[in-house]
Formats: sequence, C-alpha cells, structure tokens
Amino acid sequence: MSLSSVSNLRRPFAVAAMALLGLVLAGCGVNNVPTLEEKAKASWGEVQNQYQRRADLIPNLVETVKGFAAQEREVLTAVIEARAKASQVKVDASTITDPARFKEFQDAQNQLSGALGRLLVTVERYPELKSNQNFLALQSQLEGTENRVAVARRDYIQAVQAFNTEIRTFPGVIWARLFWGAKAMESFAATAGAERPPAVKF
Amino acid sequence: MTAVCLALLTALFGSLALAAEPSYPALSGRIVDGANLLAPDARQRIEAKLKAHEDKTSDQLVVATVPSLQDVTIEDFANGLFRFWKLGQAKTNNGALLLVAPSERKVRIEVGYGLEGALTDALSKVIITTAVAPKFKTGDFTGGIEAGVDAILTILAGDAEEWQRRASVRSDETSLVDIIAMVVMMALVLIIVAAFIREFGGTDASRRHRLRNGRWVTLPQSSGWSTGSGGGWSSGSGGGSDSSGGFSGGGGSSGGGGASGDW
Repeated sequence: MSLSSVSNLRRPFAVAAMALLGLVLAGCGVNNVPTLEEKAKASWGEVQNQYQRRADLIPNLVETVKGFAAQEREVLTAVIEARAKASQVKVDASTITDPARFKEFQDAQNQLSGALGRLLVTVERYPELKSNQNFLALQSQLEGTENRVAVARRDYIQAVQAFNTEIRTFPGVIWARLFWGAKAMESFAATAGAERPPAVKF
Repeated sequence: MTAVCLALLTALFGSLALAAEPSYPALSGRIVDGANLLAPDARQRIEAKLKAHEDKTSDQLVVATVPSLQDVTIEDFANGLFRFWKLGQAKTNNGALLLVAPSERKVRIEVGYGLEGALTDALSKVIITTAVAPKFKTGDFTGGIEAGVDAILTILAGDAEEWQRRASVRSDETSLVDIIAMVVMMALVLIIVAAFIREFGGTDASRRHRLRNGRWVTLPQSSGWSTGSGGGWSSGSGGGSDSSGGFSGGGGSSGGGGASGDW
C-alpha cells in the first residue's frame, strides 16, 4: 500500500521535472546553436546560388561581346579563364568551416569579378555593342546578379556573425561544446567597393 | 533562470541587429512620397491602380520617394527599405518597390523573390531606361512614376493570371494533404493530452467522469484548430489585403532583384 502510493507520487513528479528541464534548456537557448547554424548554411547556399547564376550568364555575354569586339581577345580570355577557375573550386557545406578552402573560393570569385569589370570597361569603346539589345539585356542581368551577390553576401555575413557570437558567448558556448560540437564559420571580408557591381553608364 | 537567459540573449541580438542602418520612413500607404514629387490627384490615381492590382493578385507594389539616400547606394537603400517594410505576402514574397531619389537622381525597381521570374532584371532595366528616366529628364516626375507603375503592373498582370491558374490547381492537391495532416496532428495532440490527464489526474474522480462524457474530445480539438490553422493563415496573408487605412507589408522579402538607373 505504502509502496504504491510512493510510486504514484513520484511518477508525475518525474514527468514534471523532465518537462521543466526541457523548458529551461530551450529557454536558455540550447536550440539556438542549430537554428543559427541552419540559417547560416541557408545563407551560404544563397551565396553559392547567386555566384552560380553569374557564372551561367558569362558564356552568353562573352559570345555577344565577341560578335562586336573580337579583337579584345585578352580581356575575353581573362574572363573565360577566371570563370573556369571559379567553377573548378569545389564547394560544399564544409567549405565554410575551412579557412583555406573558403579563401580559395573567395579569391577565385574576386578574380572573376575583376575580369568582368575590365570587360565592361572595355565594352565602353564599342558604341554598336552598347546599343545591341541582346547585350543590354545581358548587361542588366549581370548587374542584377552582382547586386544579388552583394545582398546574399551581406545576409551570409550577418548570419555567420550571429552564429559565431552564439557559440563563443555564454550560454551558447556550453551547448556548442557539450551537445553540438559546432565550429566557427568563415565570413567574407566586407571590403568596400570590391563586391559592388561594376558601375555602368549609358 | 529561463527569463534571465532570454533577457540576456535578446539584449545581445537586439544590439547586433541595430548595426548602422539608414533611418527608413514608415509605410504610410501604397505611395510614400517623402520627396513631395506627386500632385494629389495623380497620387490618388496611381494609388487606386496599385490597390486594384493588389486586390486582384495580392502582389504588393509600393512607390517610395525619398529626400535623401543617406549616403548609401540606391541598391542597398532599396533592399533595406524593402525588407524593413516586408513587402509582398510572407509565403510568396510577391512585392515590388519603385524607389525614386531625386536629390541623387537615382531610381530603382526592387523586386521581391517571388516576382523575380516575372519582373526580371532585364525588364526592370527596360522600364527604367525607356519609360521612367526620359520623363524624369524633363522634370516630369508624376509622368515618370505613373509610366513606371503602369509598365510594372502590365508585366505583373500578364504573369499573375497564369500563376493564379497554377495556384488554383495546386491548392486542390494541398487541401487534401492539409486535411490529413490536420487529422494526424489532432490525433497526436489528443493522445498527448489524454496521457497527461491520465498521469496527473488519475485519482481525480470528477475529471475521469468528464473524460467519459466526451467533452474532452471537443475541447482540444477546437484549440488545435484555432492555433494551428487560424494563426498561420492570418500571418501568411494578413496585412496588405486590408482595404481601409491600415496598409502594411505582408511579410515578404527581397534578395536584391531588379534594376537601377539614373537620369
């Protein structure tokens, strides 16, 4: 009789304690680490997506420019080579926690940005090309994509900042070490001007 | 303990979110004419077009003129303002923003994620260079803004009708899935609630009596409906569809689509 009444008292207590523990853990941000990690990964996906979109536009752009300015061989090959190099860089989810590979990715994309910028400056010397409908459409798509890259990079920088702050500060640092084994993520250096779309005047 | 942790975290992230951003105007209507470019009658005319389009398609197109870009590029300003106002519905991100900065002589069409397929960068650029900028050059801001709005609405109307057809086909499929999901969810909630009642109220005779009465079936069911589907629906499509006075963004976002130009 006394034994069963004790177990009757204890069982609800144990359930309540478990529920309370769960609430306290959740309230103290045990879920913040994976939540912020997923958000940063999603932002990284968007960055890759927009860089890919830019790479996809380049063959068409190069072909169009060739039609009017085939003699600008040097600038055109620089763009083609930079694109090839950028697409050779293998990128996956682990790139963002590996400083060397992240730098490789960033350098390749920056080089492509530079080559594209030089191409668009060269194009200024060809009025026929500048008034070509196909080229104008490609150019506005390229501008739009560069702007999307800038937005995606900014979102990624913010997401990584939130994640890195969470896993380095209390109490997130405890959960990161104890539960998740989370590693700090690499971020873009937000250099002024480097990631701005090349200015194009009409 | 919980409250302390939460307070600390909100303080931390609140301060992070407040990193140097320009101060954006409030979303007072479909036209926020901060630079005073539009005559009252033209403003009413354009606003009516914007509202008619939104009522038909739920696309939110907003026109903003600002006295200053506060030393950021028009691309950054437009994207920040778009996200500040949360234009477009939360699920479809079907917002667009026509931003005019007369002091900097810059104009931009910022397109939400959901409209990028219809209102492409190339089309946005064409609208700016052929419809908007020429009128702005002659000082005709009203004409330029109206021409831009007309062009955007024409393009959106063309695609939105097709989209609506697709959406109606799709909603038939999802409604069945929704019902099944709802039933499963309700069953789960009922099992959990029943387990709790048995656990904590096992010795309470009156509660057990109520259980057999069947009243416990209706109680969790109605609460499951109101929180599960009612709350989700209002946050998804609330906001902009309000007809009188209180116009607000529906929760959409933009990733920098669209085009800019100057004159």
